Amino acid sequence: MTFEQFLQYIFSGVTSGSVYALTAMGFTLVFNATQIINFSQGQLVMLGGMIAVGLYGAGAPLWGAFLGSVAIVVLVAVGFERIAIRPLLRKGILAQVIATVGASFVFETAAMLIWGRDAVTLPAFSGEEPLSVGGATVVPQTLWVVGLTIVIVVALQLFYRKSLFGKAVRACAVDATSARLQGISYSRVVIFSFALTGAISAAAGVMITPISFMGFHSGSLLGMKGFAAAMLGGLGNPVGAVLGGFILGIVEALGVGVVSAGYKDAIAFVILLLVLFVRPVGLLGAKMGNRG
Amino acid sequence: METVVSYLRKHAAYLAFAVIVMTIPAYLSDSYYLSILAFVATKFMMALGLSLLLGQAGQISLGQAGFVGIGAYGAAILTTRLGWDPWLAMGTAALVSATIAGLVGMPALRLKGYYLAMATLGVNEIIYILLIQLKSLTNGTDGISGIPPLSIGGLGLSGPRAYHLVVWGVALLMLRFSLNLSSSRVGRSLRALHRSEPAAQSLGVDTSYRKVQVFMLAAVFASIAGSFDAYYVRFISPESYTITFSIILITGVIIGGLRTVWGAMWGTLVIVILPELLKRVNDDITNLVFGVLLVAIMVLWQGRTRGLWQMVKERRSRSGPGGSRPPGPGE
Repeated sequence: MTFEQFLQYIFSGVTSGSVYALTAMGFTLVFNATQIINFSQGQLVMLGGMIAVGLYGAGAPLWGAFLGSVAIVVLVAVGFERIAIRPLLRKGILAQVIATVGASFVFETAAMLIWGRDAVTLPAFSGEEPLSVGGATVVPQTLWVVGLTIVIVVALQLFYRKSLFGKAVRACAVDATSARLQGISYSRVVIFSFALTGAISAAAGVMITPISFMGFHSGSLLGMKGFAAAMLGGLGNPVGAVLGGFILGIVEALGVGVVSAGYKDAIAFVILLLVLFVRPVGLLGAKMGNRG
Repeated sequence: METVVSYLRKHAAYLAFAVIVMTIPAYLSDSYYLSILAFVATKFMMALGLSLLLGQAGQISLGQAGFVGIGAYGAAILTTRLGWDPWLAMGTAALVSATIAGLVGMPALRLKGYYLAMATLGVNEIIYILLIQLKSLTNGTDGISGIPPLSIGGLGLSGPRAYHLVVWGVALLMLRFSLNLSSSRVGRSLRALHRSEPAAQSLGVDTSYRKVQVFMLAAVFASIAGSFDAYYVRFISPESYTITFSIILITGVIIGGLRTVWGAMWGTLVIVILPELLKRVNDDITNLVFGVLLVAIMVLWQGRTRGLWQMVKERRSRSGPGGSRPPGPGE
């Protein structure tokens, strides 16, 4: 592998890694608020991409399609929380897994009925003219994806660290009961977390669609990879989610270079199984609280 | 004589069911309906294992279709490439499935429910990718054709009636085994660990061992069912073994109810018949309906173990306060 090729794989890995990072972030936000793993997380990303394509096709400008898609997916996520998640908060893991898996079926089939079975795409945000960096070529969309991901992650960190409500959300993640005793509205925190997850997922879906297309079935793979990334970084740790996303993206891209493109999608699952078996708390996880 | 009577009484439901199922070919000769019933039998086997895992042990696997795939491909590859006897190939594939389930289950089942769900999802996806990518072995997306039918002692079982008896015979054996299991010490310890793992452990139940055991059993049932389907259809391709199918099986088990392993039977009928009916409205709507049902059942779920039918019944008969009884799994 020449250096140029290596660089090329890194670029492509960082691009898909951004999407995995944002998807993993969605898992983390919901998990921290509710202790629920949302098995329909990937489908929210898929909906983001598909809705943007639909809006763009209906004549909206690209930025309008982006914002419109974010707004709609936020509504979907909040509605999902009201209808399905709230009654499940105290019902145990089995019910939560099955209900969110059911929701993933609903989102996926609804997308297929609305937009059909074909994968669709969007034009790149600012032209297709590739740039040359150190001998490797980069499409401008890559810069958009990575740049926006960094902006989102930094904004989230600032929000959680500096704002009062952000601190309330973190308090709920540590101990929901104590947080409520302090007068924090738990149900507002949960709704807010779902809204935020919807927004981040939609943004991820819209950004990646010009590069890798989007179909009704893309969500399940994206979701599982996002979960693998979240586990790799340490479930519940937002920094870990981002780290895990980028590591997974880069390993996957290099794997394509070294092994074969056909096995690309298996890499994430091998990593997931390894993490589960060897170090279930992930790279940045410290406490071993989820045993038993 | 007394023991015979008490045996009959104790197993009346099972015996009646067995008699009805095994005499169907005597008065049903339509090969379309017989072939649907043949698929009901194998889906029932897959659902039975899941029902034990979900209903009794409270563990969730989203990768059942992966083990069905191993059963089908193991049977197809060993018979078409190596000329093995179909029954031997079926058994070998089941052994492979059990081994993989054991290797995955041992570490994953020590962890909370989410992890087994995700690990099995991952295993299903890896199996699916391998079925497509190992072209020299599996023919990739083209699938494998020319799989030989089953036979017993030189007697071919390609006719729908003979096949019906064999496949339902095996399904009934599995049902008997599952019923016995759930009313035995193993079943009780599974339900105990479902309620509270620390409590079960304190009573001396080796919870990890029990969970792995039932997970492997579910994989073996699924694998055998996959082999049967391969010998019956004589052609297989990877699309039948996706996660989507795993989730449809879960849907069946949930709709049927987790209180007893009989739920697997009703659930199987729903996941076979409902798509046939919905096809007349719209080909693609089935999964939407399944998804809505899964969410709705979970949201309305009060106890742990009720199926759709029991919920409707209780809602109707609820009179006054104190209507909800504590969940208690029977046989």
